[in-house]
This record gives sequence, C-alpha cells and structure tokens, in this order.
Amino acid sequence: MQDIEALLVEHAFFKTMIPAYRSLVAGCGKNVHVKAGELLGRSGQVANQFFAIRVGRVSIELHSPERGPLILQTVEAGDVVGWSWLFPPYRWKFDARALEDVRAISFDGECLRGKCERDPAMGYDFMKRFAQVFMQRLESARLQLLDLYGSATR
Amino acid sequence: MVVPLDERIPEPMLPAAFRVRKNRRETPDTHTLELASIAEGVPAWRPGQFMMMYVFGAGEIPISISGDPAKRDCIVHTVRAVGPVSRAICDAKEGSSVGLRGPFGSVWPIERAEGRDVILVAGGIGLAPLRPVLHTVMANRDKYMRVSLLVGARTPDILLYRREMDRWRKRRVDVRLTVDAAAPGWQASVGPVTTLIPRIEFDPSSVVAFIVGPEIMMRVVSQVLAQRGVSYDRLFVSMERNMKCAVGFCGHCQLGPAFICKDGPVFSYPTLEAWLAIRNV
Repeated sequence: MQDIEALLVEHAFFKTMIPAYRSLVAGCGKNVHVKAGELLGRSGQVANQFFAIRVGRVSIELHSPERGPLILQTVEAGDVVGWSWLFPPYRWKFDARALEDVRAISFDGECLRGKCERDPAMGYDFMKRFAQVFMQRLESARLQLLDLYGSATR
Repeated sequence: MVVPLDERIPEPMLPAAFRVRKNRRETPDTHTLELASIAEGVPAWRPGQFMMMYVFGAGEIPISISGDPAKRDCIVHTVRAVGPVSRAICDAKEGSSVGLRGPFGSVWPIERAEGRDVILVAGGIGLAPLRPVLHTVMANRDKYMRVSLLVGARTPDILLYRREMDRWRKRRVDVRLTVDAAAPGWQASVGPVTTLIPRIEFDPSSVVAFIVGPEIMMRVVSQVLAQRGVSYDRLFVSMERNMKCAVGFCGHCQLGPAFICKDGPVFSYPTLEAWLAIRNV
C-alpha cells in the first residue's frame, strides 16, 4: 500500500492531492506492467479500471471497418487513461494500446466509486481532477478538428 | 530584429538569376531546392529572412530561407506546392533557372537565447524558417542551455526533414513530434502541438521561444507557454502574409501598423498580439 502511495506522490495527477485522499485512493490501486502492443482497454468491453501512466506511451484508438485502426491521441507518463469506469454503462469507448512497454498504476473503478460516494469531499476533489483531464482532451480534440496546420503555405 | 537599411540589398526589385542545383522531394507536396547563383553571387542572409522567388512564366512568391547560414555557396528553400507558382517551383528541374530577390525582412533574435533554454515550435511547413535557427544553435551548442524542438503536422507522411532529426538529437536537441492522426505503427505522439509543451523541461523565467505556423497555432502555443509562466516578451513568431514588393511599398502584407515584409516576418509576440486577436484583419 505504501508503495502505491509513494508512487502517487510522484504522479502529476495525484501529487497535489491531500495525503488523506491519496491514501484512500491508493487502496484501490495496484502496479501493472503492460507490454508494447497489448491493450489496456478494448472498445465495448467492461470498463472497471483506469490507469495512471508512470512510464511509456499509450495510444487511444478507434477502429472502423472502412479505415482500420486510427490513433486519435497518445498519452504518456503523468497522464491518466480511462474514464468510462466513472459513468454507466461502464464500458470502454475506445481502445487503449501500449505503444511501448508501459508501467502504470491500475485502479479498481468500483472500489473508487464506492469511496467517492462515501466521502463526497474526496469525490469532488477526484471529479475536479478528472474534469481537468476532460477539458484538456476536449481542447485537444477541438484543435485537431481545426486542422491547425492546414493553412500554412510557406 | 529589423535589419538596418544599409545591410539590405542595393537593388531590391531586381531578381538575380539562380540555377536549381538540387531539388529534393521532402514529402508528397513539399520540395527543398538548393539554388546556386549564376552571376552575382549568393547574398548574405540571416535566419528568419525570406526571398522573393520568381519562376519565369508563373510568377513570384515569398519563401523563407531554410538552409544553413554557415554555408554561403547556395540559397536553400523548402516549398510546399499550394498554388501555381509554388507548384512550378516544386516542379523545377535541376539545372533550370529561377529569379531571386532579397533577402528581406527581420531576423530571429538568436543572440537573446544565448545562455538560456530555447524552445522552437513548428507547425507544418513552419519548420522550414526555423531550420536555420537549428543550424545556428547546433553550431554553437554550448552557448545554449536546453533546446527543445516541438513539431506538429497533420499526418506522419508530411513531416519535414525526418532524415535530419537524428542528427539534431545527437546535438542535444530534444526533438518531439506529434500529428493530428496516425495509423498504428506511428511511435511518436498524436495530438495538437500544444500537448507537447507540458512534457518538456525548461526554465519559464528565462526561456526564449521561436514559433512558426499558421496564426491560430502561434496564438494557442503562446497561450499555453504563458500558462507555464513564460512572459510574452520572450516569445517570437514569424508571420506569413501576401508579400508582393517585399520592401514596404505596396501594402499587400500590412497588418495593423506593420508591414510584414519590412518590419517582419519575425516579430516579438507582444508587438502583434492585439492585431492577431482582431477578426478579418
């Protein structure tokens, strides 16, 4: 348990969290190692986990029959992957694939949801952190839609 | 930094004849041309400046210089084919002739970056006008602290200078690439170039950043750098407008009080910030 807490102190998503909350969160986490090419989550499957990436890069992919797999975004050390565990029906919307060997902390979604429900202050803190992630991902998606480099002619 | 008048070329409206010594295809629509002088010699230039390139029977357009400032035997331009003139340039055969006027415009204040961390941010073909800065920094690598190059493009196949990037990395340049979308197999990042900024290390209190790309990209990159504590007066951008005369007579490239050809293309960000926020200017 102490090991997970110590790792969370160093992770960008958790390092500003108050120690009492971090300790509660750590109780739902475990260390995982995902080999390059393996999936952390697969579209349509039950999502009861999220991952705090410590080492390595993960792609968020969408697979369409016509175009095949497409990488929409990549996340790296200091980022988190997966928020489908937060909302019903708790199923992954996209594939999350390790592009290289990944070390991460994997959290049990049901365990975390239970702790957030029992301690709303912690739940609010947790949701604010995820809201920040939602906002950053939404901004990124908007910039990608904008075709940021499309008008450069020089 | 605006180049003093006495350093400018004596006959700014008169194209000099150059021969296409090499034409290398960088991406499906982008070529790098090495141009050797036929008669007058290669003019002195500095990173950030541009030339007016004239193709007989097609027309004339402004093109940033993308070569190594230490090599004075040719002028190097990287050109993306987006219109009839740039298409004609990309199609130019080795041995054929083109006209060049210049160099024109202001230069990157590279000396301000000495002793500091340096960030170069390029979107799409915006890497071309930053390449001379990279050459300068690598030739004097010990004068600079951490150097980061962040490059964004739509897709992996249109990233420029891929073959040179290993050499840049060996000279302690932290090169990071990102694209808007990629197929599996792409090992670098996917996302807008702004997502690379939180991943690099620099001292916000002193870092100097040079940014080139479409105006919207330069604006959002500046905002993200400011969020990390970088003062706007250490951000420099290179502007692109419809330069025609290149000496501030015709007014085609005017943006607010500035002529991009004469006062730019390199500006400190605060000089232009207010004008970039005005729509339809």
